[in-house]
Amino acid sequence: MSKKILLEHAHIEGIETFDTYRKNGGYEALEKAIKTMSPEAVVEEAKKSGVRGRGGAGFPMGMKWGFLAKPEGVPRYLVCNADESEPGTFKDHYLMKTIPHLLIEGMIISSFALGANKSFIYVRGELMYVINILQQAIAEAKANGFLGKNILGSGYDLELVVHPGGGAYICGEETALLESLEGKRGNPRNKPPFPAVKGLYQCPTVVNNVESIANMVWIINNGGDAYAAVGVGRSTGTKLISASGHIKNPGVYEIELGLSVEEFMNSDEYCGGIRDGHHLKALVAGGSSVPIIPANLVYKTANGEDRLMSYESLSDGGFATGTMLGSGGFIVFDETACIVRNTWNFSRFYHHESCGQCSPCREGTGWMEKVLHRIEHGHGNMRDIDLLVDVAKKIEGNTICPLGDAAAWPVASAIRHFRDEFEWHVKYPKEATRPGAVYMGEAELV
Amino acid sequence: METKPDLLKITFDGIEVEVEAGTTIMQAARRIAEADASQGHLVPPAMCYYKPLEGSGGKCRACLVKVAQGSAKDTRPMPKLVPSCITMVQDGMVVENVTNPAVLEERKAIVEFLLLNHPLDCPICDQAGECHLQDFAYEHGSSNQRYEEERRTFEKHDIGPYIQLHMTRCILCYRCVYTADQITEKRVHGVLGRGDAAEISTYIEKSIDNDFSGNVIDVCPVGALTDKTYRFKNRVWFSKPVDAHRDCDKCSSHVTLWYRGEEVIRVTARKNEWGEVEEWICNTCRFEKKKTSDWIIEGPTKVLRSSVVSANKYRADTVKKPDFALRLANSQYKPIDDSRPFITDEETVRQLSIENNRKANERSAFENTEN
Ligand SMILES: Cc1cc2nc3c(=O)[nH]c(=O)nc-3n(C[C@H](O)[C@H](O)[C@H](O)COP(=O)(O)O)c2cc1C
Ligand code: SF4
Ligand code: FES
Repeated sequence: MSKKILLEHAHIEGIETFDTYRKNGGYEALEKAIKTMSPEAVVEEAKKSGVRGRGGAGFPMGMKWGFLAKPEGVPRYLVCNADESEPGTFKDHYLMKTIPHLLIEGMIISSFALGANKSFIYVRGELMYVINILQQAIAEAKANGFLGKNILGSGYDLELVVHPGGGAYICGEETALLESLEGKRGNPRNKPPFPAVKGLYQCPTVVNNVESIANMVWIINNGGDAYAAVGVGRSTGTKLISASGHIKNPGVYEIELGLSVEEFMNSDEYCGGIRDGHHLKALVAGGSSVPIIPANLVYKTANGEDRLMSYESLSDGGFATGTMLGSGGFIVFDETACIVRNTWNFSRFYHHESCGQCSPCREGTGWMEKVLHRIEHGHGNMRDIDLLVDVAKKIEGNTICPLGDAAAWPVASAIRHFRDEFEWHVKYPKEATRPGAVYMGEAELV
Repeated sequence: METKPDLLKITFDGIEVEVEAGTTIMQAARRIAEADASQGHLVPPAMCYYKPLEGSGGKCRACLVKVAQGSAKDTRPMPKLVPSCITMVQDGMVVENVTNPAVLEERKAIVEFLLLNHPLDCPICDQAGECHLQDFAYEHGSSNQRYEEERRTFEKHDIGPYIQLHMTRCILCYRCVYTADQITEKRVHGVLGRGDAAEISTYIEKSIDNDFSGNVIDVCPVGALTDKTYRFKNRVWFSKPVDAHRDCDKCSSHVTLWYRGEEVIRVTARKNEWGEVEEWICNTCRFEKKKTSDWIIEGPTKVLRSSVVSANKYRADTVKKPDFALRLANSQYKPIDDSRPFITDEETVRQLSIENNRKANERSAFENTEN
């Protein structure tokens, strides 16, 4: 059994209620932080833990907290990003509905550390029932004196607001989220200024993912150093992985970072292997935005080392042969999956979700989708394949927010690793458009 | 004693310039061009940035440049291309614009992106000749086209009695949104929808009920927002711009009158050399004062020789240098018959176009049989 930091009590009946959560050690970290520690000491523990943002970018959380500007007389805010809309990622949803108090406790500790008196949880709009669960949890925490005015007699006040989003993926981007929270159209902002200087209502703000914040409870209970001892290298602690696709046991798993991909994929404790009678074709390791990698690069890196579930090992080889841990959306494809169709599907998503502010993303995502649609439906040209690579290159890095990159990477990587499959669609449109047709290599055609 | 403010020194395409802190790279480049007009081509193109509009810029990505050295203190280059219109200069910054092939390559791509869903209906567009997208595409684009898919289209909408919105042509620069934000207290004009389906709109097609709403026409870089009192009346190169003012109780009334023959066919605000309006004008001046007698004429508007507005306006004997321009004027100057009547009667227009189509068909049939 691997170490459990977040889901240790997840299996306990009734853990979503305050009483059960409290009986199992809940809110002890909060008591410890507020009664015995200074806000700076809490930040220090976060820094020591080395915990990295779990929303996708993997930026060290303690360092981000350290950047928060603290001008006199200006409120500061903490905003929890619970917009989770990345295809293939569903861990925050699971965490919030199973142990809502873990997030609430983490929010209170983190707000205390940052000196925020009003904090927000921005929840994906489709998850209305989760919003109800969170609101229930907040009411219970308030009734027990852990939230509201003068928490535990310390003089520290905190108001926690749950805000439903409108169902746009782009509102998961931190500055779009802030715009949306302010009641405006969810357009990402140009950076700089970063939220740590000018965030919500132009005040210093920290935005963190649900999982990042929930980690604070364990970190305060056990110390930042204990957290840093879990995991491997700069990938400290555990990570929730949303496993989906052609595996035996899809679901949300908590793993210690540094577990080998092979073990995660094949052990019965986790994915349980590829479904019977099939074999691995490709893997998207961290949600739809990260590059897809072919089977031969999944268990071993290009230079023959074991591939581990960690930030560093998954991105080993850069864009040429690596991928990213991202938000931990582990999507497995067996040989029945058509890469062209899948790439088109991802592309369709980004086209639909682009906010439309900057020209490369607004126009480029639609272009890529239309070209992929043509190739998939048997109307492609050979030059379309290079065109896609070129369009992806022109979008990448030239947009306001990383959605442009997220749209470009899946296309560029699919063509990098599966070009023959794209070419097959162009050369044999009849075969390729038969229902359920999948590329098995040129040999099978003859 | 006078103290000199602290100036920051930056190098832009190899040219050194000193500017105050808080200046953007774009403004620094404009400073270079203002000091030496022959460097005008160095200024990065701006399709969304509009200096008088607070908050504008950063969207179109036409002005991306490479920062090869962040500052004197931190000499690392910036990892990505940055939008010059909103990036502040640092002391010792080194910027590459036309001297960096990657920048030019990306600019070409931006032209391509902006034209993807653009209808390219310049022949029937009122903006033709004073369209920033035309200029941008001509100066920075590639001559071939790779886009083969369908383009997005929208219905035309009237925004109040004077303004028509033709969303199909829009490049979503957000300038009109910022203008509406700036001139009105209630926000009734904004963007609906997402991605390439996003559209400029007024809430439930309410008109922008404001004395200064006409200014959205001037800030529009393309022909998406047009003056309904002027639509289809003219091509801009057939008209003569003249600066004028009047006694107006709402605005400064510093306008440009556009003449065709003796007739004022359009009134606009004045634009500076970067195509930006610095003084908004009111709707009364813009839409309702179309008689010379309404105005006090100041004199001809300064127009760049390179502008199409100047086309056909210089006779060969008035053109001095350079040689090329002389030859061009010699070969192309034809006095325009400004007294031709306008045809506004729909039936006549229809008959004329049938006639023209017939002639064109005959011509192509002839060319086809010839081969
Ligand atoms: C298009 C886009 C969508 C995003 N969606 C989410 C999301 O749903 N949840 C999330 O936590 N972070 C999301 N992010 C990342 C956030 O911008 C931000 O980096 C993150 O919330 C920071 O928290 P962390 O440091 O704890 O990871 C998204 C980023 C982009 C560009
Ligand atoms: S990259 Fe796409 S989603 Fe992000 S700001 Fe630009 S248009 Fe909007
Ligand atoms: S002018 Fe700078 S991004 Fe549009």
